Amino acid sequence: MMLRDWFPNVNMDDMWTATYETLYMTIISVIGTLLLGIMLGLLLFLTERGNLLQNSMVNSATASVVNIFRAIPFIILILLLFPFTDFLMGTNRGPKAALPALIIGAAPFYARLVEIAFKEVDKGVIEAAKSMGAKTHTIIFKVLLPESMPALISGITVTAINLISYTAMAGVIGAGGLGDLAYMKGFQRRDVDVVFACTIFIVIIVFIFQFIGDALSRKADKR
Amino acid sequence: MMISIKQLSKLYRMKSQNVQAVDDVTLDIKRGDIFGVIGYSGAGKSTFIRLINRLEEPTQGQVMINDTNITELSVNKLRKERQKIGMIFQHFNLLWSRTVYENIAFPLEIAGVTKQKRRDKVLELIELVGLSGREQSYPSQLSGGQKQRVGIARALANDPDVLLCDEATSALDPETTDDILNLLVSINQKLNLTIIMITHEMHVIQKICHRVAVMDQGKVVEQGDVLDVFVKPQSKTAKRFVQQLNPLEHNQDSLKPFITKEENSEVVKLHFIGNDAKRALISNVLKTFDIEINILQGSISPTQEGTYGTLYVELDGNRSVIDETIKFIQSSGVEVEVIDDVT
Ligand SMILES: Nc1ncnc2c1ncn2[C@@H]1O[C@H](COP(=O)(O)OP(=O)(O)OP(=O)(O)O)[C@@H](O)[C@H]1O
Ligand SMILES: [Mg+2]
Repeated sequence: MMLRDWFPNVNMDDMWTATYETLYMTIISVIGTLLLGIMLGLLLFLTERGNLLQNSMVNSATASVVNIFRAIPFIILILLLFPFTDFLMGTNRGPKAALPALIIGAAPFYARLVEIAFKEVDKGVIEAAKSMGAKTHTIIFKVLLPESMPALISGITVTAINLISYTAMAGVIGAGGLGDLAYMKGFQRRDVDVVFACTIFIVIIVFIFQFIGDALSRKADKR
Repeated sequence: MMISIKQLSKLYRMKSQNVQAVDDVTLDIKRGDIFGVIGYSGAGKSTFIRLINRLEEPTQGQVMINDTNITELSVNKLRKERQKIGMIFQHFNLLWSRTVYENIAFPLEIAGVTKQKRRDKVLELIELVGLSGREQSYPSQLSGGQKQRVGIARALANDPDVLLCDEATSALDPETTDDILNLLVSINQKLNLTIIMITHEMHVIQKICHRVAVMDQGKVVEQGDVLDVFVKPQSKTAKRFVQQLNPLEHNQDSLKPFITKEENSEVVKLHFIGNDAKRALISNVLKTFDIEINILQGSISPTQEGTYGTLYVELDGNRSVIDETIKFIQSSGVEVEVIDDVT
């Protein structure tokens, strides 16, 4: 078979295991990033001057944390967090061990996207809700979140794609996944075909995420 | 008194300057009135109306609605009270993520109304504002006029006593504006709802308001029955607005050639108010007196309180007949103003 000729060193079992690990890391970290990012984004937005919970102390504190973590390159963040992953996850090997770094690395980025999405929500609509006597949590859950949904979805799509490349980097702590496989089996043993196969798989995963994200965002957009 | 506003002021403090957006406004609004507030851009109208439901906190003064002191309410009580104060906006401010049905249900959700009751109320309101069949449409699928109908239905959901309208028709074309104004009048009559209507267009005041306040630089410079303000505007701002409604009417320059100091000619302005406007006064006069009447200019404006018309005529004839004619016209209830100079 042609594929065998082109990819002599590729073991499909390894490939599927690595794909599963990449998907596992991506999906769990996307969920974690979604939750943490929206909370941080809300905090940034609500405590801003002139907004519902205006509080410059909390706002600048949150902004500083977000900015600091965004400034740290992911590869260094992994190394920084390495001592804590055992404590947090009960292990420092395998896909699980990469999750804290993935979430902490991506959430600040997503938080900024969330903040921007909330800023795009029509002030008039928030005001209308206030004029009806809405409580703050009603405004959050029934106005801010639904009205910014398309931007929140396209934001998490971009973030998810960043996370996929982060999972590849997480290979350095032996997190597993396609990046790990490409590095350990492909690069170190000079089996270029393995690197190549891993690349194709990752590109396909990215495309699938982008496709799903675009479709969901379009579906949510009733403007 | 439904709404009583005392010495209401709002000062915006900014780095470079302070803006006295609302300046010592005192007003009383009766239950069931459509009360207009007119003023040019920057006069403080929006700030004023937002002080009423405290979307903006007043720096001074008091707002009483139904004997509730709005200005003193705690945040929680204010939220409850706001459910009884509907508000509609120039740009509608609908949630694009919700259908017509869901938009109208929103204030009911806020008020904690059960699902079944919500449904009944929403369908009733959709019927009231004439949007039956559009329940499942999204705002983006509606015209401006339809969006404002949703806005009105939403504002009425919790059976408010007061409806605040900030430039509710300013984003609409003239025909749609008329539809929306008619809807507001019918709601005002059907529900005995008190409406405060902010606008910069005099024809909106003319068409639907009972009383009007004219605002300029944060102050109310004139207020009264719409007809009175129309007939005898006192302030410069009010005069300009009345003129805006009918540019010809106050263009007295064109009267100049007819104003002579001669004995046997007189230019007079006739004010027809209410039902007088519909009577055939001129032909009556011509039948009764030996006099000639030149019609110079005139106009008729329907208002909520009746029709208001003005007519400039030149009376030509014997001096004594002219005087008699003027007396006759006055005795038939039409106000006569002798014009001997152009202002
Ligand atoms: N949030 C604010 N901060 C500072 N100044 C403000 C604020 N809102 C309004 N103003 C100022 O208060 C004045 C009155 O504004 P307001 O919006 O009430 O006018 P308006 O009569 O509604 O005008 P328009 O017809 O253009 O809507 C203006 O000079 C405006 O610049
Ligand atoms: Mg305004």
